[in-house]
Amino acid sequence: MLALSGIAVIVAGFALRLNPLLVVAVAALATGLGAGLAPLDIVATFGKAFNDNRYVSLIWIVLPVIGLLERTGLQERARMLIGAVRGATVGRLLLAYLVFRQVTAALGLISIAGHAQTVRPLVSPMAEAAAERQGVDDDAGRQKIRAMAAATDNVGVFFGEDIFIAIASILLIVAFLSANGIEIAPLELSVWAIPTAIAALIVHGGRLLWLDRRLRRK
Amino acid sequence: MITLAAAYTLAGLMFAAFAVLGLRDGRPGNVAFHALLALSFLAGDQLGDLGNGALVVALVALAGAGALRRSDPVTTSGEERRANAARLGNALFLPALIVPATALLGTLFLKDSGLIDPKQVTLISLALGVVLALAATMAWLRSPLLAPLQEGRRLIDAVGWACVLPQMLASLGAVFAAAGVGALVGAGVGAVIPDGSRLAAVVAYTGGMALFTMIMGNAFAAFPVMTAAVALPLLIRGFGGDPAVICAIGMLSGFCGTLLTPMAANFNIVPATLLDLDDRNGVIRAQVWTALPLLAINTALMYGLAFR
Repeated sequence: MLALSGIAVIVAGFALRLNPLLVVAVAALATGLGAGLAPLDIVATFGKAFNDNRYVSLIWIVLPVIGLLERTGLQERARMLIGAVRGATVGRLLLAYLVFRQVTAALGLISIAGHAQTVRPLVSPMAEAAAERQGVDDDAGRQKIRAMAAATDNVGVFFGEDIFIAIASILLIVAFLSANGIEIAPLELSVWAIPTAIAALIVHGGRLLWLDRRLRRK
Repeated sequence: MITLAAAYTLAGLMFAAFAVLGLRDGRPGNVAFHALLALSFLAGDQLGDLGNGALVVALVALAGAGALRRSDPVTTSGEERRANAARLGNALFLPALIVPATALLGTLFLKDSGLIDPKQVTLISLALGVVLALAATMAWLRSPLLAPLQEGRRLIDAVGWACVLPQMLASLGAVFAAAGVGALVGAGVGAVIPDGSRLAAVVAYTGGMALFTMIMGNAFAAFPVMTAAVALPLLIRGFGGDPAVICAIGMLSGFCGTLLTPMAANFNIVPATLLDLDDRNGVIRAQVWTALPLLAINTALMYGLAFR
């Protein structure tokens, strides 16, 4: 049971708003000690995993490109473009992005967009520009719009990707069931991701259009 | 053949350049942090497990001590940017589309070419797209040679320590696995479900997937644990449910949990820093009223579809 101490550390650490890197390191130490591992073995286990997971941080190589284009006025151009489209609202814009993300993710194309690649340089400034036309004029309101742009990216990917048969989560399910003596083809699984994908489009899309209504009333 | 090692080298050189350019800023914490990341990307395979562990301890110490600050390399003013945007027009979108387009085309067409490691084709194509986009933009705009590195440094320093949080959390998952955390949680959940209620078992599975995903930050880590503890013995073997429906919707219930937790840092915390949100949990707040209804819908779908 002592191995669960790491979970308690995580929950407490995030609740107390301590530095998350510190929380994660302490949680790893507590978990390892609770399971009877020697401190140096814990450090080595963590170090090996850190090295094996470097691909997680590889996405930062897009920053020089994004920064160079921002320096040249990409965000401003994105705002101008939306300003020129009649009838563009923040809700409709993000709904279109949601559909784009769900459809491309269902085709397995996940890394073609993302928070660093598309949300910060393009989607979020466009959403802000549209929202400003709808009467959002304070910083807190603009931050909420940016947060919704990031949320829309997440929802689109999460509830689109499992329709693709070769995505990691589907392959994990196939492998797990196979190890337990149940043979299932990836396609049999991925069709059952479709009802939830439609529900996600309706729920999140509905919230986006509701956002437009709320802004109109202000 | 191009492998992931080439992309790591690119990332390592980038962080090394950030460290060198930061030397003049008087922010030693940032310099050390970037130098350590450069070392990890360039020579991580040579450091050994303990060496990599020591590197992580140093990164954590820097972040925990608050040694990382925002930096402000010289950049263009708002007016210059607006003038450029007006002058260059929509052509400015083209270089921004090179990265996603290369990732897309590479994934589709380079997989069986023999030029690229087929297992890592998307990440390598992404790196290739970065190089192409930089070359095209520099040739077109004739920006100062150091501009991409200075701008990249400005952005990475805005993200700060959060830039390694996703990798740290993935590594924590490995320690959890080595300590057998999953089996303990699974046994606990399996013990509290009342006997004989199909609905209670479905709710325990979808809710358990969401909750354990929130703790682990990752539905992949939660899935084998919860499925072995609840879905296999009760829903599939006990009530005779369709394993395809149960597992597919179970995984998606986990994704609802991903939307609700700071532990899923790359989806929730990193964008909050990238988009300059004052509230670190601002993205999670925006997702709550999508995630909770969807979790309820997933539960209803599983209950209605799995036991026909």
